[in-house]
Amino acid sequence: MTNQDIVAELLQSIGMPVGHGLPEDVARLQVHGNKVVGTHLLPGLLADVEEQPDGIHAVIRVKNGVKIAKPIHICFGLLPERGIQHIRLEIVMEEHATASVLAHCTFPNAVEVEHKMDAVIQIQPHAVYSYLERHVHGDKGGVLVIPKAKISVEEGAHFKTEFELIKGSAGKISFDYEATCKEKSILEMIARISGKGEDTIQIRETGLLQGAHARAILKTSIAVRDHARADVYNALTAAGPYSRGHVDCKEIVQGAAVARATPIVEVNHPTAHVTHEAAIGSVDSKQLETLMSRGLSEEDAVELIIRGMLS
Amino acid sequence: MGVLEVRNLTLVLDNKKILDNLSIDFWQGHVHALCGPNGAGKSTLANTIMGLSGYTDIEGDILLDGASIRHLSVDERARRGITLAWQEPARFEGLRVADFLLAGAKNKRRSVAADALKTVGLEPDKYLNRAVDKTLSGGERKRIELASILTMQPRIVLMDEPDSGIDVEALEQIFACLRIFKSQGTTVILITHSAAVLRQAEHAFLMCNGRLIDKGSTSRIYRYFEDKCIPCAHINEPVEEETK
Ligand SMILES: Nc1ncnc2c1ncn2[C@@H]1O[C@H](COP(=O)(O)OP(=O)(O)OP(=O)(O)O)[C@@H](O)[C@H]1O
Ligand SMILES: [Mg+2]
Repeated sequence: MTNQDIVAELLQSIGMPVGHGLPEDVARLQVHGNKVVGTHLLPGLLADVEEQPDGIHAVIRVKNGVKIAKPIHICFGLLPERGIQHIRLEIVMEEHATASVLAHCTFPNAVEVEHKMDAVIQIQPHAVYSYLERHVHGDKGGVLVIPKAKISVEEGAHFKTEFELIKGSAGKISFDYEATCKEKSILEMIARISGKGEDTIQIRETGLLQGAHARAILKTSIAVRDHARADVYNALTAAGPYSRGHVDCKEIVQGAAVARATPIVEVNHPTAHVTHEAAIGSVDSKQLETLMSRGLSEEDAVELIIRGMLS
Repeated sequence: MGVLEVRNLTLVLDNKKILDNLSIDFWQGHVHALCGPNGAGKSTLANTIMGLSGYTDIEGDILLDGASIRHLSVDERARRGITLAWQEPARFEGLRVADFLLAGAKNKRRSVAADALKTVGLEPDKYLNRAVDKTLSGGERKRIELASILTMQPRIVLMDEPDSGIDVEALEQIFACLRIFKSQGTTVILITHSAAVLRQAEHAFLMCNGRLIDKGSTSRIYRYFEDKCIPCAHINEPVEEETK
């Protein structure tokens, strides 16, 4: 297969129109296994990618003050049923730079695929960076996903990360993000995951609000059914004066699924403030009966409620 | 014979008779008002007719077109045409107003949702893509509840205090909904504490302490509003006999 064929197949698996490419002002990076199959960069956006035996090592940098208007498209994937893809990623947002990334991770045929990501993300002062990672898995549940990230959000910077896995089988996920926030920075960490069958989902998010007036929200929404298991650990420490944080964990459990949440909030400055909210259990009966009173079956009502929660 | 008949309905919750041998007939295509002091059992009656969980262990019966519905689930009752506009409607995270409005709609076109919003005085462009979540004000949520009933085109609607927590302007929109229900031949059971809303009904029932105290024309029941809504000696000690 040519690189173009591979890109086409990857895009098809994530439901993107094949045939016409992305516009010129949209940057992209497409990686199949350990091969870069497509790149398109823009002024001020640098990507240094090195192919390695089991994956890639990439350094992505947005230069000082550069604003990338349209979301950068990244696609990591593996088409065969078996294989390993290890992404080592360094992201540097230089001062006052702005960019957003829409990343798709697609493993449509996975029977035994391992996708590892080790990211070091540096958001320099007053930079703004948002990253949405959407996973598309097949129905065989054969993916092991291990994303790890160490993030530093510097003074006045804004970092938002969203992790979404709601199509296909989650497989096994072990997610571990850790962020440190300096003065007046903003951190948003959001995860939305749906598990079924024998899926196991482990989420570990840690935030440290070091600087004064730093703010953070850690938000996890998970729906598990059948025999799936979810275990969420959210820890948020507010140490900076007037720092503010909120931890929110919602888990809907059905069938023989099991969910657990451990929110840990710590405040060690008298002017700091952290709140947390965790709700685990079946679908709220008032919501359910409201939709049923409009004629929806219980099953359809549950589906609609979960779809909303994960949207 | 009424389209919906409540027959000697008794419901005990927490060792208290919340509904006490209650019998009421609701007539096809008519608007019925249900009044009574706080705690009279009005919402309980509506919830019991809808078959909500916690309200199914009843004595007596509820008949739709002459057939018992007491063993039917909420959705089965809804599919037979009964629905409930909740006194305090539920909030849904992430569920869009458009999807909520069309969830139970006969016609799933987006314009149906937009028209329903207009009827309850909400601008479709502003609301269709919002979520039915905590960010809606209490009055907005109540209006959306009514809009979702409109799209459903039910045979029988239980409206539990549609007028509570809304502004004066919204009252006019409730009346508009009632006119639509009337034109569709929908049977309405309207729970209210408002004299203005009561006047829209054709028949009125007065409840106290789980019992039917009086029924008749709205002007007759309206007098109880003037007399502070209490025909019996005082709340919690209802008269022994029903006034016929
Ligand atoms: N699950 C329950 N367990 C015990 N008591 C209940 C329960 N639900 C309702 N009640 C009681 O039943 C009585 C009737 O309540 P209901 O909500 O039906 O009153 P209402 O007529 O709708 O009043 P309001 O005008 O305040 O809405 C009240 O005394 C209430 O406290
Ligand atoms: Mg009530």
